[in-house]
Amino acid sequence: MALVTTTKGDMDESLLVKQEGTVDNDNELTTWVEYWLDGELVHRSAHVTLKKMPSFAGGEAASF
Amino acid sequence: MTTSFMGELLTATHNFGTAPIRAVSTADTFRAALYLVSATINASTTVYSSTGEVTGTGYSAGGIVVTNATPPTATNASATAGVAFFTPSASLTYTSVTLTTAFDAVLIYNASQSNKAVSVHTFGSQTITAGTFTLTMPANTTTTALLRLATT
Repeated sequence: MALVTTTKGDMDESLLVKQEGTVDNDNELTTWVEYWLDGELVHRSAHVTLKKMPSFAGGEAASF
Repeated sequence: MTTSFMGELLTATHNFGTAPIRAVSTADTFRAALYLVSATINASTTVYSSTGEVTGTGYSAGGIVVTNATPPTATNASATAGVAFFTPSASLTYTSVTLTTAFDAVLIYNASQSNKAVSVHTFGSQTITAGTFTLTMPANTTTTALLRLATT
């Protein structure tokens, strides 16, 4: 039995509807997971992996 | 410009102007704050501000401390080109938070130096509900490190 932390407390995963997604582009690889209960979002987590600096960022590589 | 100089810029070795007096030689404390999609946070940002920062259960204004276990590296690519670079040594993890208004940026800033801004990094818009937001750093290499100074 896997427990999921939700807005309604820890709940058995089997009671929830799970949705997952992935975004993969030049800048990031993102995965997310959502759990729904009776049409209500009760949990959402996301994991963003930066692949490189965004082109505009203040941390952009400076060339001299 | 020498590669060693670029690396030393990342450790505050040189000073051509007026700089803060440093009480210690150890690394500063850097923090990471999340910002809403609606926030104005970009290369013009000079200092951390709570304006436009995310709010929600489990998130404290100012964000979290950046793990800084790996010092900057300076590498020569050739006789005329080099790169100095730095990447935080661990992911930024915001645990047990609820951030219902969409956010898409993180500001790295220097909490040891009057919260002066270091860099802004953007990503696809996110919300978190009773969950964890993890921002994993890019590989700490000459081409992908989070912060890079380079001669070409």
